[in-house]
Amino acid sequence: MRRGEVVLETRSLSMHFGGVRAVDRVDFQLWENELRCLIGPNGAGKSTFFKCLTGQLVPTIGDVVIRDIHVAGREPHEVAGLGVGIKTQVPNVFDGLTTRENIWLSCRRWHGARRTDALTSETIERLQLGEFRSRQVGSLSHGQRQWVELGMVVAAQPWLVLLDEPAAGMTHEETDRTAELIREINEDAAMIVVEHDMNFIRRISKKVTLFHEGRILMEGTMDAISKDRRARDVYLGHRA
Amino acid sequence: MNGMFGQFRGTLFAALLALIFTIAAPSILEFFTIITLTQVIGLSILALSLALIWGYGGILCFGQTAFFGLGAYSYAIAAVNIGGSTGAMFIAVAVAAAFAAVLGYFAFYGKISDVYLAVITLTVSLIMYSLIRRTSGPEYKIGDALLGGFNGTGAPPLNVPGNAGAVLFPEHTFYVAMVALILLYVFCGWLVNTHFGRVCVSIRENEIRAELLGYDTRAYKLGIFTVGAAVAAIGGIFFCIGVTRVTPDVFSLGQASLTIIWVIVGGRGTLAGPVLAAFGLYYLTASLGTQQVVNTSLVLGIILIAFVLLAPRGVVPGIEKLATARRAGRRNRAKERRMRLRKPRGGISEDRHETG
Ligand SMILES: Nc1ncnc2c1ncn2[C@@H]1O[C@H](COP(=O)(O)OP(=O)(O)OP(=O)(O)O)[C@@H](O)[C@H]1O
Ligand SMILES: [Mg+2]
Repeated sequence: MRRGEVVLETRSLSMHFGGVRAVDRVDFQLWENELRCLIGPNGAGKSTFFKCLTGQLVPTIGDVVIRDIHVAGREPHEVAGLGVGIKTQVPNVFDGLTTRENIWLSCRRWHGARRTDALTSETIERLQLGEFRSRQVGSLSHGQRQWVELGMVVAAQPWLVLLDEPAAGMTHEETDRTAELIREINEDAAMIVVEHDMNFIRRISKKVTLFHEGRILMEGTMDAISKDRRARDVYLGHRA
Repeated sequence: MNGMFGQFRGTLFAALLALIFTIAAPSILEFFTIITLTQVIGLSILALSLALIWGYGGILCFGQTAFFGLGAYSYAIAAVNIGGSTGAMFIAVAVAAAFAAVLGYFAFYGKISDVYLAVITLTVSLIMYSLIRRTSGPEYKIGDALLGGFNGTGAPPLNVPGNAGAVLFPEHTFYVAMVALILLYVFCGWLVNTHFGRVCVSIRENEIRAELLGYDTRAYKLGIFTVGAAVAAIGGIFFCIGVTRVTPDVFSLGQASLTIIWVIVGGRGTLAGPVLAAFGLYYLTASLGTQQVVNTSLVLGIILIAFVLLAPRGVVPGIEKLATARRAGRRNRAKERRMRLRKPRGGISEDRHETG
């Protein structure tokens, strides 16, 4: 891992819903070219943390800095406009449009018409979405729709990628391909990936951040975390 | 893009049919029908404008009549003051578009929810309705134009551009209105296939996703809303020219709900559907109006309920769906035939596989 500079940092980031502290004073750093996994039991605050990073939520306290730009309180399109690719936990696609149009719209945000056409075809091929090219995304299976969404993220060629549970609801084979794709994306982009599947995480990530009750409980390799007692209590114990 | 040019070709084809109708109309229709057609064309342009912003932009605007009526009144007032129709048309479109831009700015940048936007636009239209109704009396005038309260005010006819004295004959006014409808229809068909239009459609599908792709959805919604208002204003202009008057009824609840009925009946997500529905329902109510057996509003209500329950996607998408289903059926049958023909060959390749 090349330790260039910090590309994303949160400072004392907090998000409160009434009395619930979904994210509580989180100091987090992501380095250039890093692939970080976020884990934690249900309700640990991972998705809320993500939404604060992407502008979908305005943090109660604290700041988010992406490449020296303060983004807390900015609109999602402004964050995305920095070159950040985002996949939410709930699949977010354009159901009434075709696979091709979904990916085209993502490309076209950044490129002219001709380059977009080429990039769109390239992305469809790369993600093996060819047979669904002209199908309405709403008629595809859950796993396929997730892939279309990943295709939209990839097509924009972002330098920072945030994926919330990209492999959720996928078959074994689809999960394998997703892990492969994530490693490919990571060649050009720093990434944060929220996941529950331990084997999946072992395959893609070196460093893992464990969330618990809105805070970072610990950071380290997956092996180190799975050996840790506290981590087992809050997380691995839960899953077993 | 794939498939999109196909759609636009359909638009051009429909435009061509409409053009043929326009040329043929004077020889197949009675003179009186031609005269009334101009106002119906105005209404159908209003239908087109809501088809654009609701059907494609996903913006449920219950008060599209606000811009329609504003266009009509602005035209009438400006034409009386200027003493000619050409400049007045531009002024009317500009007034309605500017008003929509301001209203839309507060609505979209204030992140008002879809339902509130529907209520607010309807309220605006109804406020205009009751305000303009109170303007009877000689003291309510703008320049030389009396507002006229509930009686409304006269709308000057079209004239040859640059020559206010050369007033167009009714059949020529019909030509102008029809060409305007066709051009606006082609324009809208083109617009929804541009990058801007596709982004608007994507916002209709999933606003968060569009936002996360980096599109400022507020700006796009404001853009299409304003364009829709300008189109509605053109509808208002031709409507009042066709009627030769503009009355507060252009802002009324009845007109506002009729506009929504056109789009529901014609189908959201098409442009031709609502336009045809405006024509169809106009002539249906006109023919019902001549008899006393059934109440017109009752019939309209039944039609609306029937469509919502039986054909919620509207007439044109329903027909399209039937057509594609039939085509797909034909394709599948052809495929089956090919499969049957290929079967023996499949057997051979299996054999090879085993020996190989
Ligand atoms: N909009 C909201 N309003 C109120 N409470 C919320 C809201 N969003 C999240 N929460 C609460 O914040 C906490 C963290 O939720 P979050 O979705 O971030 O967890 P998570 O770690 O992503 O869980 P999962 O693994 O199930 O996705 C939960 O207690 C949740 O109920
Ligand atoms: Mg979550």
